Amino acid sequence: MQVTVTVNGVPETHDVETRTLLVQYLREVRGLTGTNIGCDTTSCGACTVLMDGESVKSCTVLAAQADAHEIITIEGMAAADGTMHPIQQAFQEHHGLQCGYCTPGMVMAAASFLQEHPQPSEAEVREGLEGNLCRCTGYHNIVQAVLAAASPPEAVR
Amino acid sequence: MSATATEGATRVVGTRMLRREDPALLSGEARFVHDLVVPGALHMAVVRSPFAHARVTGVDLGAARAMPGVVAAFSGADLAGEWAAPMPCAWPVTADMQSPAHYPLAVDEACYVGDGVAVVVATSPAAAADAAAVVDVAYEELPAAVDLEAAASDAAAAHLGAPTNRAYTWELDPDPSAVAAAFAGAAVTVSERYVQQRLVPAAMEPRGVCVVPQPFGGEVTVYSATQIPHILRTMLGMTAGVPEERIRVVAPSVGGGFGSKLDVYAEELLCLALARRLRRPVRWTEERTEAAQATIQGRGQIQEIELAATADGRIQAVRARIVADMGAYLQLVTPGVPLLGAFLYHGVYDVPAYSFSCVGVFTNKTPTDAYRGAGRPEATYAIERAVDTLARTLGQDPAEIRRRNFIGADQFPYASVAGLTFDSGNYEGALDVALGLADYSGLREEQGRRRRTGTRMQLGVGLSCYVEMCGLAPSRVLASLNYVAGGWEAATVRMLPTGKVQVVTGSSPHGQGHETSWSMLVADKLGVAPDDVDVLHSDTAISPFGLDTYGSRSLSVGGTAIVMAADRVIEKARLLAAHQLEVAPEDLEYEGGRFSVRGSASRAAELGALAFAAFVAHDLPEGMEPNLEGSATYDPVNFTFPFGTHVAVVEVDTETGRVELSRYVAVDDCGNQVNPLIVDGQVHGGIAQGVAQALWEEAAYDEAGNLLTTSLADYLVPAASELPSFTLGRTVTPSPSNPLGAKGIGEAGTIASTPAVVNAVVDALAHLGVTSMEMPVTPERVWRAVRGAAGQSQVEQSQIEQSQISTTGGGA
Repeated sequence: MQVTVTVNGVPETHDVETRTLLVQYLREVRGLTGTNIGCDTTSCGACTVLMDGESVKSCTVLAAQADAHEIITIEGMAAADGTMHPIQQAFQEHHGLQCGYCTPGMVMAAASFLQEHPQPSEAEVREGLEGNLCRCTGYHNIVQAVLAAASPPEAVR
Repeated sequence: MSATATEGATRVVGTRMLRREDPALLSGEARFVHDLVVPGALHMAVVRSPFAHARVTGVDLGAARAMPGVVAAFSGADLAGEWAAPMPCAWPVTADMQSPAHYPLAVDEACYVGDGVAVVVATSPAAAADAAAVVDVAYEELPAAVDLEAAASDAAAAHLGAPTNRAYTWELDPDPSAVAAAFAGAAVTVSERYVQQRLVPAAMEPRGVCVVPQPFGGEVTVYSATQIPHILRTMLGMTAGVPEERIRVVAPSVGGGFGSKLDVYAEELLCLALARRLRRPVRWTEERTEAAQATIQGRGQIQEIELAATADGRIQAVRARIVADMGAYLQLVTPGVPLLGAFLYHGVYDVPAYSFSCVGVFTNKTPTDAYRGAGRPEATYAIERAVDTLARTLGQDPAEIRRRNFIGADQFPYASVAGLTFDSGNYEGALDVALGLADYSGLREEQGRRRRTGTRMQLGVGLSCYVEMCGLAPSRVLASLNYVAGGWEAATVRMLPTGKVQVVTGSSPHGQGHETSWSMLVADKLGVAPDDVDVLHSDTAISPFGLDTYGSRSLSVGGTAIVMAADRVIEKARLLAAHQLEVAPEDLEYEGGRFSVRGSASRAAELGALAFAAFVAHDLPEGMEPNLEGSATYDPVNFTFPFGTHVAVVEVDTETGRVELSRYVAVDDCGNQVNPLIVDGQVHGGIAQGVAQALWEEAAYDEAGNLLTTSLADYLVPAASELPSFTLGRTVTPSPSNPLGAKGIGEAGTIASTPAVVNAVVDALAHLGVTSMEMPVTPERVWRAVRGAAGQSQVEQSQIEQSQISTTGGGA
């Protein structure tokens, strides 16, 4: 089937198998390998992207379901001049990543979360990110990073 | 060049420098194995045994070969000629150790659920998976050795024809009569049995491998999500019969390891053999179910520990007996994992008599191997739980009984009863800082209030004082333990013509931030900015020698090699500077990238300029070779011994059994720190993994040997919502064993945290009569323990507690 998906502001039309998952489409058709795959049960959140501004686990969305929708992946977070998004900056400043495999999904989940909770408490951050697993950081610094990114209201675009 | 040298004079070691690795990882630019685009690559799928133990009586590949996109399909017998040797076990701990031959695919006998029996190669992952599903394997199911103690008594054979399931018995019993005398004369003894449940390492990046052959050149490049590119190269060569010098192993970005990628795996060998046979690139990416079944698991021990003590609680002897679950086969260091704990069952305590023995036992389950801490978490758990029991038995405070038994700060270097030399330590100092940060006396007061009022939510405080041995490892010591390789690390430091620096390391990071830390070490040495130091690693074509990253070794061993190499650069540059300045080398002072003439500081030569002079080689001293480059290989003189005290605070719901970790204090001493930001992160992550063993995680098997926890939906890796923020503290006791004074911090959090949490749970319920608790501490286990204790000691319990417990209702 044919799908037209706008990814990071760029619309493209492709023929895909109906069983193609959004994450496969992003990685294999669009060549955007920043979105990682960590499981096959929608448990880990490594593949989180934004669909029309809301976080979705792209292993649980068919490419067909993204037809005529707008997707933002980790590659679309930095500004055109290469300046990292405030959430990305906060992750670096607070050492919110180690191996970095969960990080793209974690950043996207955080972006969606902060959109809905611009001034969250620590407990809200922890609840809000419970769909994204990290094995390296113990979450301590991820939580600190998200709280820091929440400080300037313009952190979420 | 001189400008950077001057700027670089500011020391960066010890600062919380942000990681240079982060921008690529944060932007999606980093490339993991699965991200690599390899034209023409074929995809492998593995057909795995659904039985824990079965004869393979037939493999019919006809239907699979007829599926669209399938290029080839092979049984274990088809590929038997590909192997020059069985898969390697590098640690035959005893001369008579049993080790059944382990090949990448089983031929006649499958020995665990997940054991590979056939492979399919196709043009897409989906085509390979579809075809693997129609491979028709005929099995004849065999009795399986599942339960560890039953396996140890040979109730069922894990391998057909093996005389016993026992792989080995290893003992450390330096003075049996002293141990016997201590127990005979003890005023108090403690005898405890603990089960170390199996754990799934669950690195977020599943394993992956991509093998790219050059059929006409004869060379092969192996991209693997591995911690050990160097060891892997050697082992692949020996096992697949490929000349080692033709193999290049590259570990690109690797998404966590925790020991699970410290191995030589069947899939790596299969991709290599298939790429060689098909003359095309072959790749494989692990699915999460395969990560649970076919990647090594951690822990898996039954521990019996006994303490003999005086009436005032001084421990006179420790006796530990371990049964260790090897799983179905011996992987790279499987049998050695218990030995890494064998020397530490007396923990941080000055114990005069000691005895340890371990029996390694085969079962029809996934092989075990090193998982974060590897042997030391198990040892620390046993002694720290047992010491709490001793304190309860004597009615003493658990902090005080620890203090009474500590190896004193004035006893270092400390010759341990188990034969080690502990390098340095101040255990009481770390305990004091931890108790202060936790407000220990305040916690005890609050606990007393809750006990008096009999409130449903009881408070527990758990201590864990640990010492571990890391910095693996002095090669001579490894030889005495029958490990087949050494424990050194290699490094090269070279100055480029423009004054920039390349560091080549044999360490192979997968989240530890080595690029940042190594650049800091070299920046301070050479007086350049850290940004001017590039760190090259994880590619055997770039770093030909290395022993890779595990066992908290990379800073104390690999970092030492780097500073030694940098010193060699400086020493060569000194000769060139002396030549230029027309003075004797010993008349030069060196600091921050600048040689100056003693007593005449304005006469100076900058290292950057010297690098250029060495490069153009127009005017070098007689006999000096061009360029500034130094290499070093460091073989440590001793292990390093990090230590500390962790305090866990839990709230236990006595009605539902739910445990909430409400506070966590960790005071660690890893010697001198290069980057405390990274140290903090290592501690945080380590705590989370150790807490997870205490409270949630278990690789659970049914009686038939089926793994029940095969996905992240039923294997409970904790999420952010289940953990608190952590309070960290640190003491600094440098190691005298290496010039950095560094010890290691990669595993300390995991080693310390598990017993702290379980001790806290027991502490919360001790006044109700609860004295034991198995892991993971599920609500059901807590609920049953509270009910069981209530049944046994009704008289001792208050009316309020009785009525609360009775509200949980029902029979046990």
